[in-house]
Amino acid sequence: MQKLLNWVDERFPLSASYKAHLSEYFAPKNFNFWYFFGSLALLMLVVQIVSGIFLTMHYKPDAALAFASVEYIMRDVEYGWLIRYIHSTGASMFFLVVYLHMFRGLIYGSYRQPRELIWIFGVIIYLVLMGEAFMGYLLPWGQMSYWGAQVIINLFAAVPFIGNDLSEWIRGDYVIGDATLNRFFAFHVIALPLVLLGLVVAHLVALHEVGSNNPDGIEIKKLKGPDGHPLDGIPFHPYYTVKDILGVVVFLMVFASIVFFAPEMGGYFLEYNNFVPADSLKTPEHIAPVWYFTPYYAILRAVPPIFGSQFPGVAAMGVAVLIFFALPWLDRSPVKSVRYRGPKFKIALTLFVIAFIGLGILGVLPATPLYTIISQILSVVYFAFFLLMPWYTKNDTTKPVPERVTP
Amino acid sequence: MKKLLLLLLALPSLAIAAGPAVPLDKAPVNFNDHDSLQRGARIFVNYCLNCHSAAYMRYNRMEDIGLTEAQIKDNLLFASEKPGETMTIAMRTADAKAWFGAPPPDLSVITRSRGPDWVYTYLRGFYRDDTRTTGWNNTVFDKVGMPHVMQDLQGHLAPVYRSEIGEDGKEHHVIDRMELVKPGLLTLAEYDAQVGDLVNYLDWMGEPAKGDRMRIGLVVLLFLGVFYVVAFYLKKEFWKDVH
Repeated sequence: MQKLLNWVDERFPLSASYKAHLSEYFAPKNFNFWYFFGSLALLMLVVQIVSGIFLTMHYKPDAALAFASVEYIMRDVEYGWLIRYIHSTGASMFFLVVYLHMFRGLIYGSYRQPRELIWIFGVIIYLVLMGEAFMGYLLPWGQMSYWGAQVIINLFAAVPFIGNDLSEWIRGDYVIGDATLNRFFAFHVIALPLVLLGLVVAHLVALHEVGSNNPDGIEIKKLKGPDGHPLDGIPFHPYYTVKDILGVVVFLMVFASIVFFAPEMGGYFLEYNNFVPADSLKTPEHIAPVWYFTPYYAILRAVPPIFGSQFPGVAAMGVAVLIFFALPWLDRSPVKSVRYRGPKFKIALTLFVIAFIGLGILGVLPATPLYTIISQILSVVYFAFFLLMPWYTKNDTTKPVPERVTP
Repeated sequence: MKKLLLLLLALPSLAIAAGPAVPLDKAPVNFNDHDSLQRGARIFVNYCLNCHSAAYMRYNRMEDIGLTEAQIKDNLLFASEKPGETMTIAMRTADAKAWFGAPPPDLSVITRSRGPDWVYTYLRGFYRDDTRTTGWNNTVFDKVGMPHVMQDLQGHLAPVYRSEIGEDGKEHHVIDRMELVKPGLLTLAEYDAQVGDLVNYLDWMGEPAKGDRMRIGLVVLLFLGVFYVVAFYLKKEFWKDVH
């Protein structure tokens, strides 16, 4: 066995990679609850790819057959219902896990120097994931698939001058049709997953280059023992592999509860109207995107049109997502972790969380005048969190950061 | 700040308040009640399956609700059909559109889009309305194109109106209650029970795997529960030297 390993190692860095990324990758020993969501996001990526492969075997990307093929999967394919529910629940749970993972970065300053690139790769992953989810949602070819896609693609039509040509180019037709479904299928099953995998590798390579942050926001590499390993570091394997298994089991319990007992999740994971085949002549009364897009949808609706153009709303929505890129340079605090930050940051973060969740709720509801005003207030809070960050992080009172990590 | 939080908490309840005006009756669905499902299947085949298809549903799937292939063949199939076929209809879409204004929707997953309660209320909500070409209207689906197919069973209901001053200050006629102007073959209670069976069947047909889903789900959760204990002690053992 050892001989075989040597043979491989002389030709491929197998043992070296195993050491660098698992058995001798030293992670801070004080990871808490929030640190489960990185490995869970990776798990969700695998779950989505594997369940997706099996769905592709039976799904038909054809406007005349797509809806029926999904019902065929639900009824006639052995355990097709299970594969489909895993994939549909997986989409929502992937976003849930990614949002919690991003929130972890936010509270412990994981985006700060020297981890800016990890953060940037992460935001790109988030963007690609949004595209992946959006295109996947068209595939069941239900009413919400169709009209949700209609709303989003029409956003591009709001771009001045080139808008109409642009949205037509995206659709490949004057209306959403077979051409749109086929290209979305191609993007959903191969183009974007490939990009996602590459980005996830980049995200992890960058992480393992600089090392993981921790709830104290201190660099464990500064203090090393006589063996050259960080004093506060423990090998990722076996310590964090066994710990992450625990997180995975608890997560799978939640996941299985949804898949087996509430796959529609009250209409939030699978919208009721999506059990009606797409009909280009019947606009649903109330079009709401799936829950993970609703904060941005609420921002879109909150911005009033200027000169009859919806473009300002579209631009605001785009900026709301892209602004995450700037985070490493907006934060001027001398400390990273929320544990040692002052009240200004804590208040700002609390308001941001309220704004994000509030916008998420408002995005599901019809736009009444009252809700529009609330959406506008919350949108201002959302942007203020980022735009005022250089000011409130710099002037904040901070607590002294300890030398060693604390539990 | 506090006010904002309170407002946010109140939002979902506001959404419910703005929902449909017609209250829906609770449909008696129970996918374990095979007798009810079999009765419902018979009503479905006799009354619905002439105009409505269930094109994703195979006849022989009804073996899951306790029918044998012979029973399905003898009681629920026309001579020309095979048990492995799906529940399609002979009516052409274009004709259906000309006759009813809109083609009758496929019913395979109707309870998944409308909800069983809506269907249950709808099928019991037909009333006489001479302004409609079919002579029928519906309490939950105003100006519906479908006539009352089960009128011989339920009989004819006619609305009794009362006047009400609306929000605009004008007088409106609103439906006060329903009156049975022509009795049917069944009493209203018997009719409700039959519609209950039918909706139960429709709900089962919307997701025939639901029973399997819940059975397997319990086993999976049980397994994960045991696995958690193992994983917990594994982690504890490995981490005992980390301080």
